[in-house]
Amino acid sequence: MQNGRSIEMRNSLSRIVTHGIVAGGALFMMLPFFWMLSAAVKRREDIFVLPPVWIPQEILWQNFVEVWTTVPMAQAYVNSLKIAGTVTLATLATSSLAAYAFAKIEFPGKRISFVTLMATIMIPSQATLIPVYILMRHIGWIDTHWPLIVPPALTNAFGVFLLRQFFMSVPDELIDAARIEGANPFQIYLRVAIPIVRPALVTLAIFTFLGNWNSFLTPLIYINSEELWTVPLLISNFQDAYGVDTEWSLLMAASSLALIPVLIVYIFSQRYFIEGVALTGLKG
Amino acid sequence: MRKRDGILNKYSVVQRGEVKWAYLFIAPQMIGLAVFTLGPILYAGYLSFTKWNLIKPPQWVGVQNYLDQLQDPAFGNLLRNTVFITAGYIPLVMIVSLAMALALNQKLRFTVVYRTAYFMPVVTSLVAIALVWRWVLQPDFGLVNYLLSLIGIEGPTWLSSTKWAIPGLIFMRVWWGAGFYMVIFLAGLQGIPQEYQDAAKVDGASAWQRFRHVTLPLLSPTTFFVFIMASIWTLQIFDQVFIMTGGGPGEATEVFLLRIYRLAFRYFRMGDAAALSMILFLIIGCFTFFQSRYAQRWVHYDLS
Repeated sequence: MQNGRSIEMRNSLSRIVTHGIVAGGALFMMLPFFWMLSAAVKRREDIFVLPPVWIPQEILWQNFVEVWTTVPMAQAYVNSLKIAGTVTLATLATSSLAAYAFAKIEFPGKRISFVTLMATIMIPSQATLIPVYILMRHIGWIDTHWPLIVPPALTNAFGVFLLRQFFMSVPDELIDAARIEGANPFQIYLRVAIPIVRPALVTLAIFTFLGNWNSFLTPLIYINSEELWTVPLLISNFQDAYGVDTEWSLLMAASSLALIPVLIVYIFSQRYFIEGVALTGLKG
Repeated sequence: MRKRDGILNKYSVVQRGEVKWAYLFIAPQMIGLAVFTLGPILYAGYLSFTKWNLIKPPQWVGVQNYLDQLQDPAFGNLLRNTVFITAGYIPLVMIVSLAMALALNQKLRFTVVYRTAYFMPVVTSLVAIALVWRWVLQPDFGLVNYLLSLIGIEGPTWLSSTKWAIPGLIFMRVWWGAGFYMVIFLAGLQGIPQEYQDAAKVDGASAWQRFRHVTLPLLSPTTFFVFIMASIWTLQIFDQVFIMTGGGPGEATEVFLLRIYRLAFRYFRMGDAAALSMILFLIIGCFTFFQSRYAQRWVHYDLS
């Protein structure tokens, strides 16, 4: 009896300790975000005070206004949304169509085309950076959004791989039944197969959107005009324009404006993000 | 009748009619493959044997660009930096993310909240968050050195020091990436049947022994996957370095993509840049090849 109680106590004690460590870790992960927000609403001179004041007495919302009005932040948001949104929709269409064909239709050349496509999963995008740039230069797409939209929308071998795995699990009986009713392959794909693989589509959509929203190297290479800037490009140029050693509060206000909308979306839909990683991790 | 034929014969009348649909379906991705991947890879290979500044036509120089790159002290330097970053980052991020996953696998209350917090950095733009970390690592008024001063340690000057810039980058990268690998480890942990743990417990194994002799071996496919992903991504590090140090101080944090970017788009030395990107391509290729070869040797799969 005595023994049983002491084990119970030890268990609850170890539970408290575990909670403490896990919560401490979570707090540690969040600290840089608080640090950013705290600096974003401080006066310039309050930045350089030790020990740091986490919540300044006077909250200076003015910093956000100043960033918003001095650089084309609203325009950058529209551009990033446009690019990431278009790429996501187009990628879902092109990858799922190809994946469905590879999973459910027999055609000559299927094996070789699939194997070739899969071999390119491991090719890092930087290997094609220079030739694709030269191609874009030839067709006059420098300083437009097209190089940020067309190549990623047409090259997603991983998306094809992921969706194919899911299309394989669609029962052939369902497809045969639709076929007997006279549905053509596109109708079968759209009405029978797509609804079944919806979770995988959501995953692919989230990661395609996030990847293109955050993409930096390609906009850096292709875009000059201010009105075409994406959010990461704007942040980078903002950093160059303002002195890093003095204007920390403005820089942190700019970072906050870039990050907060994404973080809010993430917090409300974290399940999809996290399950998506687990899904791709397992399938990969 | 028709249906049975469809099942019995791969190329039945019905399915033959579907062939043209299949080609239509794969066409966009196949065109992309040809125009934006295979074609460019071949063209990059060709360019790497030429000198070209985008103005005069390309001039064939054979393997000269490769020799130039390999003999350039800048190459040795960036290779050394890459090795340091990889050797520091990979073990650290794997330990941290596995520890997070083990902690969250205990089915504690509020697990969802903790998981959300751990994963949060992953969704942030590296450019914006790298800028935040410049401020976090600021030597005199930054968060890290402030926290260190609380326990009586005088922090280094991080990004402006040739010695501490790489550790600073690694530190930030672990914070940013650990949540991602944590989720993959969690999925792996949940795939380990509870019976194994229970059996070990009955045999009187301690928590550490169970981790060492049950969890770790059964988790090895996941560990291996994480190792490959992390290595390949670390070789392609760019955004963070571009924002936090720009390759400096001096060339203390110069990495592959940064040099490729500068050669191609600042100095317009397209041939040299193409050669360097082919070298990186080959290194990544070797990496995946050797890892997939040696994978079988130390990865344990569930025998049941």
